[in-house]
This record gives sequence, structure tokens and C-alpha cells, in this order.
Amino acid sequence: MSSGTLYDKVWDRHKVTTLPNGQDQLFVGLHLIHEVTSPQAFGMLRERDIEVARPDLTLATVDHIVPTADQSRPYSDDAAENMMSELEENVRDAGIEFLDPPSGEQGIVHVVGPEQGITQPGKTIVCGDSHTSTHGAFGALAFGIGTSQIRDVLATQTIAMEKQQVRKIQVDGELGEGVEAKDIILEIIRRLGTEGGVGYVYEYAGEAIENLDMEGRMSICNMSIEGGARAGYVNPDETTYEWMQETDFFREHPEKFEELKPYWESIRSDEDAEYDDVVHIDASELDPVVTWGTTPGQGIGIHDPIPAPEDLPEDKQDTARRAQEHMRVEPGESMEGYDVDVAFLGSCTNARLPDLRRAARIVEGRQVHDDVRAMVVPGSQRVQRQAEEEGLKDVFEAAGFDWRNAGCSMCLGMNEDQLEGDEACASSSNRNFVGRQGSKDGRTVLMNPRMVAAAAITGEVSDVRDLEEVQVA
Amino acid sequence: MSDPTEEIPEVDYVEGTGVPVRGNDIDTDQIIPARFMKVVTFDGLGEFAFFDLRFDDDDNEKDHTFNEERFQDANVMVVNANFGCGSSREHAPQALMRWGIDAIIGESFAEIFAGNCLALGIPTVTADHETINELQQWVDDNPDGKLEVDVAAETVRYGDESVSVSVDDAQRQALVEGIWDTTALMKANRNAIDETAGSLPYVDS
Ligand code: SF4
Repeated sequence: MSSGTLYDKVWDRHKVTTLPNGQDQLFVGLHLIHEVTSPQAFGMLRERDIEVARPDLTLATVDHIVPTADQSRPYSDDAAENMMSELEENVRDAGIEFLDPPSGEQGIVHVVGPEQGITQPGKTIVCGDSHTSTHGAFGALAFGIGTSQIRDVLATQTIAMEKQQVRKIQVDGELGEGVEAKDIILEIIRRLGTEGGVGYVYEYAGEAIENLDMEGRMSICNMSIEGGARAGYVNPDETTYEWMQETDFFREHPEKFEELKPYWESIRSDEDAEYDDVVHIDASELDPVVTWGTTPGQGIGIHDPIPAPEDLPEDKQDTARRAQEHMRVEPGESMEGYDVDVAFLGSCTNARLPDLRRAARIVEGRQVHDDVRAMVVPGSQRVQRQAEEEGLKDVFEAAGFDWRNAGCSMCLGMNEDQLEGDEACASSSNRNFVGRQGSKDGRTVLMNPRMVAAAAITGEVSDVRDLEEVQVA
Repeated sequence: MSDPTEEIPEVDYVEGTGVPVRGNDIDTDQIIPARFMKVVTFDGLGEFAFFDLRFDDDDNEKDHTFNEERFQDANVMVVNANFGCGSSREHAPQALMRWGIDAIIGESFAEIFAGNCLALGIPTVTADHETINELQQWVDDNPDGKLEVDVAAETVRYGDESVSVSVDDAQRQALVEGIWDTTALMKANRNAIDETAGSLPYVDS
């Protein structure tokens, strides 16, 4: 059993009681909702005639189905319009704040929470979305929940959970040129497996993590779930506090910052905290990582050979064989030179301002390859605005990228942004499952945003370090 | 509220016929493709379970046990490892439940998926690779054969066999004692909730 970790401390502070079923009942500090997973929960509440307990601790946005091109209402897709109006009605009835497109604050739920300053250290945060783990970057305890649990939270502002084990992932060393947070997490998942984290919460620590900006930490915590861990976190530090201070909320309420900071400090893992497991990773050894298969654990360094299924553990062989057939890759080859048809720069993993800035430096003065359709989908309207002000939009458009409005977009292909047929996509998102990007024959190669930029330019999976970086203002 | 648990049924035992769904790492996108999630209720999701594995582009049936006539009445699904990995969408167990599944036996389950199943009163019980293989084979050979999943005793009986399976402790207790409906359980603790909220520095009461 772990003790003295952030996880233990935040858990204890939020524990209401132990339920007769043996689970702990935890108070939820922030409940984020979006249009896909919430309507059924509101429906269940209505069936039972129960009101939303704490609308003041609930925040809604729309991201999955929102069109990223023409956003005029009603949406051209009836199902999307239907979901949107259902959400509008639910939040209006319950008195929940809604960051919708006209507010100028809409975006992917895991991008807007931190932007609004409501994702804070030491909070328990839940959302009916598995990538809620993203918010752990701030030292929050954040996890995705199912619809019945959303119902629980709406009805009681609490959730029933069992305590999990804590694995510390110590990432030491300095990242090399062109290697990013995304590569760290892809490497962690490759090494520990997509089920490696089941039953665990991941604490990311070490020099390489501390040196990351908040966006990088979010990219890592975001994909905890791809590694099987329902939550992942980084202890809050000066980098975290600086972010908090810069948000509108704490600019307007500097006294709140002073008031809360001691609490944030107090929930950091103790020096002598005990962990159930510790794993070491040397960041300096990493190359940019790309996936060759159809699970996020099937990753390799850009120059490494794709493994032969028979060299993998027995329970992974079958999946690997099917994945290689689907992706049409051969063991022994590397992914370098793999033809791509689409480049997608977006998602809650990698569509924040620094991601777009880095990618823009690669595409500046270059042209998207003739055979590639490339798009940038900013993570939020705020990111979009800032990127436009900085001139990033112009850089991308000049290079031939399509510049879209904020949303989940081709990360899961629930709106009109989808792969067609067997198109191969260089994607900065988090999942390469078969059918994930809207076409069941589509092929997804996950990679960091600069690598996506490089693939857009060359038309194939490429080592971004071979492209000379151009400086953008 | 007098007894918050009075309306929650106990699920200590499920019986019926089986359907094998073979393969490791069957993720939620395969169980219910995202395009079928653009709905505001779960009604009618059953027919889309495993849709892309069951139908080709032209809606012709592919080889899949869910398409086979002999398994249409099955309510116990037998799967392999890491079933239900991927997203937290409850649409996945909802689709399976609405197709007719009441219990799932497998080598292992993704955690959120198992949790979502529990919230619907669907047990997810586990056994080792060999046991599952034999069970899948038996179900294949005996589509009308009766399977008994005893959640309380952690056994599965089929034909003349009785094999032991594992059920997560908390899950077993919740199902067997009929305390898996957490909304009812938790709502009863109103005062304790307010007390916890009041002790948190960031919550305005
Ligand atoms: S961007 Fe992708 S992973 Fe993130 S919330 Fe949207 S659909 Fe989910």
C-alpha cells in the first residue's frame, strides 16, 4: 500500500465514508461534462426525479460532435444537432455553466478546464471521458467515468471508488533534440504495455518531467489511460503555480491564489512517500516514437525495426499479427518512409499552443506534400485565437494546411472530419485503434506534433530531425 | 429515505446459453463504433454491437458469432483477454446488454469497462486462458447448452463440468448483496457529503 503520496493525501481529503460495498465514497471537486456521455445520465436523473446536486461545481462544453468547419446552427448533421440541443437544455435546466461556441471559450474539455483555471492541484476531477487523466498534470486526482457514475456525480457530487496502487514513473535525463513529452508517454506505454497500468495510478516524476511545461505534462498524463492507468499525475511545483497565476480566474482573484497555495503545497507527495512500484526511464535515450500497429502500445523509435509477432510475448502475438496486416507493415522494416495520406494536428493530447508553435516552425516556408491533406484543429477557441494572433494560422495556411475550428475532430471521427477508405494518417492524437478515425480501414500512426508536421511535408513518416527547423515569429 | 437499497436487485446468479467472442484486446470501438454513439438514449444500441465486425461496407453479414442464428438467444458471453479496453463509453456494455448479454466470462477485462458493467448489474468474471478456451469450445459445440454463472460461489457450471472463476471482491459483494446501485447508496450520506465539502479549502459552500 502506498502512503504519503499525492494520491493518498487527495484521496483522504475527499473521502466521505466507506460504503457497504467496500468502496470509498469520494467528494468530487469538479465535474466536467460534454455532449456524448452526459445526456443518458441526465435522462436517468429525470427518471428518478433527482436534481443536480452541485451545478456550481459542474462545467460543460461541447467538443466531440461539434463541426470544425461550418458551425452555424442547426448543424447539418441531425444527430449532432440533436446532441447539442439536448446538452443545451440539460445545462439550462440545471443551471450549469456552458462553454459553448458563442462564448469564445469552447474547446476540448481537457483543454478548457486548465485554461479556465478551474483545473487545480489537489482537486478531484471527473468527466465521462477517459482522457480526464489529462488534468492530473496539475496535481489533481482526475479520472474518466462511465455514464452511471456521471449520474452518481450529478445526483450526489460524489463517486464510489476503490483505492488503487501507485506506481512512480521516474523519468530522468534530458530529452534530445526533436524528442517530446509525447515520446516519453509512448515509450512508457510501449514498455509497460497497454494493460500495465491496470489497478494503478501513475505518478510521473524525475528531472525530465519537472523540466516540461504544463502542456507537456498534460500530453503525458493524457495518455495514462492508454497505458491502462485510470489516472496519472505530476506533483504541483512552481511551473504549475505560474500557470495558475496566469489564468483569468486567478488574475481576477489573486487572494484566492494565496489562499489555496498552502493547500497545493500540502498535497505534494512526501520525500519519503511509499510507492507500490517504481519504474525508471532514461529520457536521454529516446528517439521520436511512432506506432506501427493498432494499439498505442505498439510503438517504436523512428529508426527501430517493427517487431516480428513471434518475438513478442505470447498473448501479444495475435494482436500484433492482425495489426501488421491492417497497417500493411512488415517486421524488420522501420516506420520511416511509410506513406501517409492525411496529417492531423489536433486532439486533447497535442493541440495546445506550444504544440502548434513547434509544428509551425517545421512547416514554415515549406509546402504540404501533394498527396497529403493536412489539417490543424486547435484544442480550444482560446488556443485558436492566440495562434491566430501569433500568426501561426498564416504559417499553416501558407503551407497548405486546413485551419479548422476547435473540437475533437478527426481524433475520433464523430463529426465530418474522418479518414476515408484505407487512408493512412500521421496523427498527434492518442489512439490508433482500428476504425478510430472514422474509417474502419483507416490506418493511424501516432506521433508527436512536430513529427506530424514533418510527415505532412514529406508525405511519409519521417524523422523530423532531418528537416531543418525554420524560426517563426 | 427508509432503506436506500430496497429496490436494487441482487445478481448472485446468472444462467442461460453462451456465445463465444474470440480475440484479445477487443476494444470499445469494436464493441460499438463511435458513429453509433450520436444518440441521446441507449435504447436501440443492441443491434449495433460489434457492428463493424459483423457487417462489411455493403452491410453484408460477416463471420461473427453475434450473427449466427444458433447464438441469438445467448445471454452469457465468453471472451478472451483485455476485453473492453479503450474508451470509457458506457455505450459498450449498454449495447451488449441490449443485445441480450447478462453476464460475461473472460480472461481479463479493462477496468473501466468492468466498472461500467457492474453499474448495470452485469458480472464480469475471469478465468485462465485454458479454462476460457475450453468454455468457448464447449459453447460452440453446445449452443443450447446451459451455463450457470454463480457469482457468489465463484463457479461456472456447464455440461458436467464446474470450473472456478474469479470475481473481484467488491464487485461480488455489490452484486450479491444488491448494493451495486451506487446512486441510492451514496445519496443517503447527505450530511457526511456536506461535511467533507465544507472541509475542502477550494469549495465554496
Ligand atoms: S480529443 Fe480525442 S481523446 Fe480527446 S476528448 Fe476528444 S475524442 Fe477524446
